[in-house]
Amino acid sequence: MAKETGIVSWKDLALGCAVVKPGSSAELKTGDWRSQRPVTDYEKCIQCGQCYIFCPDMVYTQNEMGFYQPNMFYCKGCGICARECPADAISMVEESD
Amino acid sequence: MAKRVGIEVSLAVSEAVKLANVDVVAAYPITPQTHIVEHLSELVADGHLDAEFIPVESEHSAMSTCCGSSAAGARTYTATSSQGQALMLEICYIASALRLPIVMTVANRSLSGPISIWNDHSDMMMSRDTGWIQTVAENGQEAFDLTLHAFRVAEDSRVLLPVIVNLDGFTLTHVIEPIEILDQKEVDRYLPPYQPQMRLDPENPVSIGPVGMPEVYTEAKKAQDEAIRGAKPVIIEAWQEFGDLFGRYYKPVETYRTDGAETLLVTMGSLSETAMTAVDHMRADGKDVGLVRVRLFRPFPFEEFLAAVRGAKQIAVMDRALGLNGAGGPLAVEVKAALYDEPERPYIWNYVAGLAGRDVTIENFVEMADGVEAAAADALRSGYTIINVRE
Repeated sequence: MAKETGIVSWKDLALGCAVVKPGSSAELKTGDWRSQRPVTDYEKCIQCGQCYIFCPDMVYTQNEMGFYQPNMFYCKGCGICARECPADAISMVEESD
Repeated sequence: MAKRVGIEVSLAVSEAVKLANVDVVAAYPITPQTHIVEHLSELVADGHLDAEFIPVESEHSAMSTCCGSSAAGARTYTATSSQGQALMLEICYIASALRLPIVMTVANRSLSGPISIWNDHSDMMMSRDTGWIQTVAENGQEAFDLTLHAFRVAEDSRVLLPVIVNLDGFTLTHVIEPIEILDQKEVDRYLPPYQPQMRLDPENPVSIGPVGMPEVYTEAKKAQDEAIRGAKPVIIEAWQEFGDLFGRYYKPVETYRTDGAETLLVTMGSLSETAMTAVDHMRADGKDVGLVRVRLFRPFPFEEFLAAVRGAKQIAVMDRALGLNGAGGPLAVEVKAALYDEPERPYIWNYVAGLAGRDVTIENFVEMADGVEAAAADALRSGYTIINVRE
């Protein structure tokens, strides 16, 4: 199956449309139809990890300084992180490009 | 050596399943299928068949269990009928989409309502588009032979699809016939051990049955359509090899006294034998009538069917199910579609007969043959008639 999109010829599908490689969903680009993106204000961030916990697509990872940074390959722009952030550090901004 | 014994057809089917050495039977009893699974449960309980017999609480669970065991790599069998098949239908579509080579006997019975336990082909037609390969038995010997053939075809690496063997409820399931039961060595020569192409295995994890987003669903269905269309040569090859080994040859479409026949009857299932007798009577009376019997219903054998009916002036297609508010019975609709592109088409009239165990006699087949000739002569707009209905 083609990486990122999952778009593939019927001839290349596994038997019965099975997924034969464990963990292959990590290769799927789920962040391609986002209309808004989360932007974290690291001045306000308290490193509590709520964004990491609530994100349905495992977008956030913690860097060496303890801050949580989003991976836009996966982010669908749902806004849950912004809603849950207790410090109001995350705001959703329009995707312009 | 094969042994010819007097045996109830249901029990002969169970013997075929035992000889196929299945690993799992998951089934729920329903008339007229009951004797098949009852006997299988006895065979397992008495130690004659080393298999798991799973007495489930419904047909929905039966087919779900079959999907699980087949996905785990077990040779899997079930049997049902009518309302039971209706209940399992949701999972039948999944079994074929997942390419699980489950074998199922359907003891054909009408669908309620009115409530009925008697024989017709409503259930076969209900499952017409499930993506299962479907064969149809005419007698007890065929029910036995087609059951072994079903495992062979289903598990072939070029096929990997579930197979239904249809046999008429009561008319076949509950009668005692002389049937040649093959011995284990003979069956083992025909049916190799099942080699799963993919199975649930903790060492090599796979996800079977994931969601198909719009980006992939069409491709998944295309692959499935190609699989069932591509199964026909394997089905024919497996029949050929069965004949070479055991002397009984089967074809997707069988003909009986069709040489020079102007009028053809088209049938499926056990009533084909009555129709053969009717053809003999009509031939004796100097009528040019022959019979075409469809043994393989899915995938529908278009080329073989066209070859069988070529040259006929008119065709009477007997359906044993109504296509309520459609163009006729399901078999007639298939036949009409098959002939549409032919430069010279025979005239077709559809007869719906034998609903819910209503007798279809030799006289009824004569009535159909005469009826289609008269309708063709009068150039009636093609339609259908329900035989034996009381006005």
